[in-house]
Amino acid sequence: MTDSKYFTTTKKGEIFELRAELNSDKKDRKKEAVKKVIASMTVGKDVSALFPDVVNCMQTENLELKKLVYLYLMNYAKSQPDMAIMAVNTFVKDCEDSNPLIRALAVRTMGCIRVDKITEYLCEPLRKCLKDEDPYVRKTAAVSVAKLHDINAQLVEDQGFLDMLRDLLSDSNPMVVANAVAAISEILETSQAAHQVLEMNSQIINKLLTALNECTEWGQVFILDAIANYTAKDEREAQSICERVSPRLSHANSAVVLSAVKVAMKLIEMMEPDSDFVLMQVKKLAPPLVTLLSAESEIQYVALRNINLIVQKRPDILKHEMKVFFVKYNDPIYVKLEKLEILIRLTNQSNIAQVLAELKEYATEVDVDFVRKSVRAIGRCAIKVEQAAERCVSTLLDLIQTKVNYVVQEAIVVIKDIFRKYPNKYESIISTLCENLDTLDEPEARASMIWIIGEYAERIDNADELLESFLDGFQDENTQVQLQLLTAIVKLFLKCPTDTQELVQQVLSLATQDSDNPDLRDRGYIYWRLLSTDPAAAKEVVLAEKPLISEETDLIEPTLLDELICHISTLASIYHKPPNAFVEGHGSLPLRKALPPRGASAGTPEDLPAPEVHAATAAVPMPQPTVIPGVDSLTGDLLNLDLGPPLIQQQPVMGQAAQSAPVIDPFGDGMDSLLAGGAQPGATDSVGGASTVAGLGDIFGLTQPLSYVPPQETWLLAAKAKGLEISGTFSRRNSTVLMELSLTNHAMQAMSGFAIQLNKNSFGLLPSQPLSVPAPLLPNQSINVSLPLSTNGPVQKMEPLTNLQVAVKNNIDVFYFSCVVPIHVLFMEDGEMDKRIFLATWKDIPAQNEVQYEIKDVQHSGDTVSQKLRNNDVFTIAKRNVEGQDMLYQSVKLTNAIWVLAELKIQPGNTNFMLSLKSRAMNVYQSIQQAYDAILHNA
Amino acid sequence: MSVIDKFMTLMMEKEEEGSTTPIIQHGNVTFIFIKCNNLYLVAVTKKNANVVLVFQFLHKIVQVFSEYFKELEEESIRDNFVIIYELLDELMDFGYPQTTDSKILQEYITQEGHKLEVAPRPPMAVTNAVSWRSEGVKYRKNEVFLDVIESVNLLVSANGNVLRSEIVGAVKMRVYLSGMPELRLGLNDKVLFESTGRGKSKSVELEDVKFHQCVRLSRFENDRTISFIPPDGEFELMSYRLNTHVKPLIWVESVIEKHMHSRVEYMIKAKSQFKRRSTANNVEIIIPVPMDADTPKFKTTTGSCKYAPDLNAVIWTIKSFPGGKEYLMRAHFGLPSVENEETEGRPPIHVKFEIPYFTVSGIQVRYLKIIEKSGYQALPWVRYITQNGDYQLRTQ
Repeated sequence: MTDSKYFTTTKKGEIFELRAELNSDKKDRKKEAVKKVIASMTVGKDVSALFPDVVNCMQTENLELKKLVYLYLMNYAKSQPDMAIMAVNTFVKDCEDSNPLIRALAVRTMGCIRVDKITEYLCEPLRKCLKDEDPYVRKTAAVSVAKLHDINAQLVEDQGFLDMLRDLLSDSNPMVVANAVAAISEILETSQAAHQVLEMNSQIINKLLTALNECTEWGQVFILDAIANYTAKDEREAQSICERVSPRLSHANSAVVLSAVKVAMKLIEMMEPDSDFVLMQVKKLAPPLVTLLSAESEIQYVALRNINLIVQKRPDILKHEMKVFFVKYNDPIYVKLEKLEILIRLTNQSNIAQVLAELKEYATEVDVDFVRKSVRAIGRCAIKVEQAAERCVSTLLDLIQTKVNYVVQEAIVVIKDIFRKYPNKYESIISTLCENLDTLDEPEARASMIWIIGEYAERIDNADELLESFLDGFQDENTQVQLQLLTAIVKLFLKCPTDTQELVQQVLSLATQDSDNPDLRDRGYIYWRLLSTDPAAAKEVVLAEKPLISEETDLIEPTLLDELICHISTLASIYHKPPNAFVEGHGSLPLRKALPPRGASAGTPEDLPAPEVHAATAAVPMPQPTVIPGVDSLTGDLLNLDLGPPLIQQQPVMGQAAQSAPVIDPFGDGMDSLLAGGAQPGATDSVGGASTVAGLGDIFGLTQPLSYVPPQETWLLAAKAKGLEISGTFSRRNSTVLMELSLTNHAMQAMSGFAIQLNKNSFGLLPSQPLSVPAPLLPNQSINVSLPLSTNGPVQKMEPLTNLQVAVKNNIDVFYFSCVVPIHVLFMEDGEMDKRIFLATWKDIPAQNEVQYEIKDVQHSGDTVSQKLRNNDVFTIAKRNVEGQDMLYQSVKLTNAIWVLAELKIQPGNTNFMLSLKSRAMNVYQSIQQAYDAILHNA
Repeated sequence: MSVIDKFMTLMMEKEEEGSTTPIIQHGNVTFIFIKCNNLYLVAVTKKNANVVLVFQFLHKIVQVFSEYFKELEEESIRDNFVIIYELLDELMDFGYPQTTDSKILQEYITQEGHKLEVAPRPPMAVTNAVSWRSEGVKYRKNEVFLDVIESVNLLVSANGNVLRSEIVGAVKMRVYLSGMPELRLGLNDKVLFESTGRGKSKSVELEDVKFHQCVRLSRFENDRTISFIPPDGEFELMSYRLNTHVKPLIWVESVIEKHMHSRVEYMIKAKSQFKRRSTANNVEIIIPVPMDADTPKFKTTTGSCKYAPDLNAVIWTIKSFPGGKEYLMRAHFGLPSVENEETEGRPPIHVKFEIPYFTVSGIQVRYLKIIEKSGYQALPWVRYITQNGDYQLRTQ
C-alpha cells in the first residue's frame, strides 16, 4: 500500500467530500483525509478552505496525524491568521507533553507560523523549552529563537531570548551548542543590537572548540563558520585556534573541511608571513584541497571556485599540484572551465611545457566554450611566461591552420595581446593572420585584426586595401569594430600619408556625419581637429606608446579578495562578489568582513598609502599635520597588557586608504562668516527643528544632550534648479543621522512630487524613509524637512571621504548637488572603548599611523571640552595630568565600525590644543580633526 | 506562485545558453541543486549560504531516501510523501541540517510508524556525542569485516605520457558487534612508523586522509591513532589519497587508422604491468569508435569483443588477465561515404579491472583491536582489492 493514491482524486466537490471526511468520527478516515489534504497541498492545490476542519484534528494522540496537521498549519496559518489563533492552545499544551518528540515538534512548528498575533503567545512555551530537560527539545528550541527573530527581532530582544541563547552555548550537550551557534550566527547577520549580547569572545570560542570534537558533522560546520567570524585577539590565540581546528581537515564531510580551511586562511593572516607556523599551516591545507577534487562534481565546482581565491591569496599553496587540475574528458563543463582558470594561475616557467600540451589538446575538443577558453588560455600563458611566448605563438599558429572558425577568431584576439606585450617580436606572422581576414565574423576578432593592421600598417604592404575593404560595410559593423577601424585608418594615415588621404577623409566623414553613436562621433571629431590643426600632436596622441599590459589577468582586486577569503565555502565565493551584492539588506547593515590585521610589527594593507595622504593634505590650506615617527606618547606607565585590536570587523572599503584629493573644508571660513552674520535663516530653522525634536525626546523620556549641529548651508541655488533652493545640514539624534533640509520655492509655479536619492557613498548613507514634503510647495513658500538616514546602503569610497552626492526630484526636473557630511554625525553612541583595549589598540596601531594636529584658540577648560565632545559621542576614556598638562584619551567609533583613538593635550594658559589621532584607517583623520575643530569652537 | 516553480524554466534557459552550473542565481534568490535519476533536489536561499554544506546535505538526502525507499525516483517520492515530510523535519530545521544518520532515523521514523501503539521517542543517539550508534545493539556472534579497496585514477596523454596517476583508497567496514565497542585500527602508516622509530619497516605515505565522523580526529592529529566507536553495520571508515610512481597496472596502446569515407582500423595492445602471481579479473577495455561506424569485425588472441552502439564503443572483455602478459586485439569498422556533419570529440579509452588480494600502495592492516566492557572476543576479517578508478588513456 503506498501513499500515491492520495494524489489521485481530482473530482469536483473534492473539498466538500474532504470536509465531511475530516469531521468523521472514525480516526482512520480522519487521518486518510488529512493525508489527502496534504497531498493536494504538496502539488500546489489550494486547500486553505479546510483550515478549521484540519485544525480540529490537531488535538490527537496520534503522532503521525499531529505532524501532518502541523505541516498544514505552517503552510496556511499566514493566509488565515485569525483562525490560526485556534491552534495556540494546542501548541502550549503540546509544549508540556510528556513525550519530548511532541514538545520538540510543537516548538519547531510554532517558529514556522509567521503570524504576528500568534508569536506573542509563543514566548512562554519557547522559554520553557529552552530550559527543557531533554536535549532534543533544547536543540529544537534554540533554532526556534532564530525563527522568531526572523519574524519579530524586537520581541526576541525584549524577551531576553538572546541571553538564553547565549547560555545554551555552555550547554552540556554538543548538539544543543551547535544549534545555538547556528541560531546566533543567523541573528548576528541581521541584527546590530544583538551584537552586544552575542558577541563572541575568547571564552566562548574556547567552549566552541571543545564542542567541535563532539558534535555532528553539521554542527561542526556551524561552529567552524562562527569561529571564522571571530577575530582572534592576538597571534597566540590565533595559533591556538588554528591548531585546534586543523584536525577537522581530515573529516570526510567536505563542508567541514572547507570551513576549517576558511578559519585557517583567516587566522594565518594575523601571523608573521614567513614564520614556521604559517608555512606549516599552509602546507597542511594543500592535500585536503586536492582531495576535494575527488568529491561529487558539484562540490568539485565549489572547491575550484574557492581554490581560485586561495591561490590568488597564497600562490604557493598548490604550486606542486598543477596536474590535479588537468581536465578529464568526462568532467562536467562547469568543472572543466574552472580547472582551466586554475591551470593558468599555476602556470610558471617550470611547468609551462606540460600546461601548453594540455591546452593544445583542449583546444581541439568539441565543446565550443571550452575550446575558446583554452585558446585564450594559451595567449594568457604567452603573456605570463615570457620564455614560453614563442612556443605559445607557434601553438596558436597551428591552431589557426585548423581553420576551425571560432578557434581562429579566438587566436587572433589573443595574438593582439601578445603583440602588445612583446612588441617587435612576432610580427612576422601577420601575413598568416591576414589570410584569415574573410572568415572573421565576430566583432572582437574583427576589431583585433583591424587593430593589428593599424598598428603595423607600415609593415603590411596592402594595409590600405585591407582597411578599405572593411570600410564598405562600415555602417553595419559593431561599434567596437567601427572605433577600431577609425583609429586604425588614422594610424595608417599618420604612418604613410601618401595615398591614404582619401581613405582617412572617408572614415572621418563616416564617423562624424553618418553615425548616431556619440563615442564614435566624438572620437572622429577629435581626430579630425587634431589632424587639421596640428598633425605633430596628432602623431603624439594617436601613435603614443602604449602602457604595458599586465601579466596576470582576471585578478581580483585585493580588498575584495580579502573579503572573499572570509567567505570561503559560501555563495560569495562562487560569485566572487561580496554578499551585499546579492543578498537583500535586512533591517540593519550586515557588516562587511575583512581579514584581520597582522600583529604588531608588520604593516596592514591600509597603512601603506599613508605618505600620499600627507602629501595631499600638505597642499591644502589646513592646519598641517605633523607625523611623529616612532614616538609612542601613551604607553609606558599604565597597564602593560598586550591585547590585540578590538576591531572585530573593519570595512575594507574604508580601510583601503587611497590618496585623498584636496578636501573641501566643510567648516571653512565661508561658513564661519555666515554664522557670524547670524541672519542666515537656515541656521535658526535648524536650531528650531532640533529643539522640537528634543522636546519630543523629553516626552518619550529620551533626554539626550544636544549634539552639535552645524549651521545650514546652501546646497542648491535656485538659479541652477529652476527655482528650487535647497539648504541644509546634518545632525544626529537618538542614534540616527538626520539630513535637515530646507526647501524654498522661488519659482512661479507650485512644486510637488518631491523625492530624494543619495549616490553610493563612503558610509553607506541611505534615506530610511522617502522624502515627505507635504502638499504642493507654493511659490515663495519654504519648508523644513528632517530626513532620517540609515547607514546600511551601498558603500563606495568618495573623495573627499565625507562627500555625499544627492539627487532631488520634483515635478519639474531632477537636480543634482553634493554636500559634505560632518563626520561627527557618524559617531556611534557605543564608541566608548574599554581602557585596557584602548591601551592595547593604541600600542597595536603602528606609530607611523599617528598624526598630530593643532587646534587653535579654544576658550574652554579640559572638563568643558570633555563634555562638549561627549555630547557628540567622542568619549573621554582616561585623563592624566603629566607635568601640568592635561592629557585626555578619547575614542570614537564610526558607523562602519572604524575606531579612531585620540589624545588631546591641553597646556594651562595655552589656548592651542594638540590633537594626536591614531587609527587603522588614516583617511578619516582629516574629517575627524575638522569635527574636533567645529565642536570645540561652535558647540 | 512559489519561487521553486520558476526553477525548471530557468534550468532550461540556462541549458540552452550552454551554461549549466549547479548554482543558478535569479534575482535575489539562488537555486542550488543536484540531479539524481531524473529528479532534481533543489535548495533555495536568499542569503550568503554555505554552498558546500548545502551540496553535502543534498547528497546526504539522496543517501537517506535511498536507504529508506531503495530507489529514489519520482514514484518512490509519491509513494512515501508522508514519511518524506517526517524525514525532512528531522533532517533539517530552518535550513540547518540536523540528524542525517539513517540508521538512527530508522529508530524513530518508520514507514509503519502509525501502527505502533506506543508513540516513539527520540533515541538517545540523536543528541548524544556518539550520534551514530544506539545503545543496546546485540549480536550472537561478534564479527567485523574490513575491506581495503584501492581505486587507481590514471590519465595518460595521447602520446603515452602519464599525466596523473593517483590512488584513492578506502577502508570500508561491516560491523556486527554488541554494545559500545571501542576500536583501534593499526596501519603501516609512514608518519606513525617514523615517529615510533620503525622508519625502516615497509610503510605507506598517505597524502591526505579523511575519516568518518566516528573517528577521533584530534587523537589522530596527535599520535596518528585511529580510534573510534563504530556505527552499526556498513560504513566507510576512512579514505586516503596518494600519488603513485608505479607503472600503470594495465597499459593500453592503440593505433588507429582512419580512412575517411571508407573504414577505420584499430590495433589495441593491452599489457598487465603487475606481478605474475596476481591476476586482474573482469578486465574491460572500452575503445571509443565514431558514431557512424558500421559493420564491426574483430580479431583477438584472448577474451571477447563486443560492439556497443549505445556507447559508441568496442568493449574488449578479458575475464582473467594474469600479471606480466600482453594481448592484442584488432577491430575494423566501415565508415559511410557521406561524412557526419557533427564534429565528434575524442573520448579516451577507459579500462575497468579488479585485482584481489593486492594493494598498489602496499597498505596493510596491522591490527584491529576491539574492546567492549563485556569483554567478548570478536573476529576481524580483512580483504584487499585494487580496482580501476577514473582510468583514462587519451587517443590520437
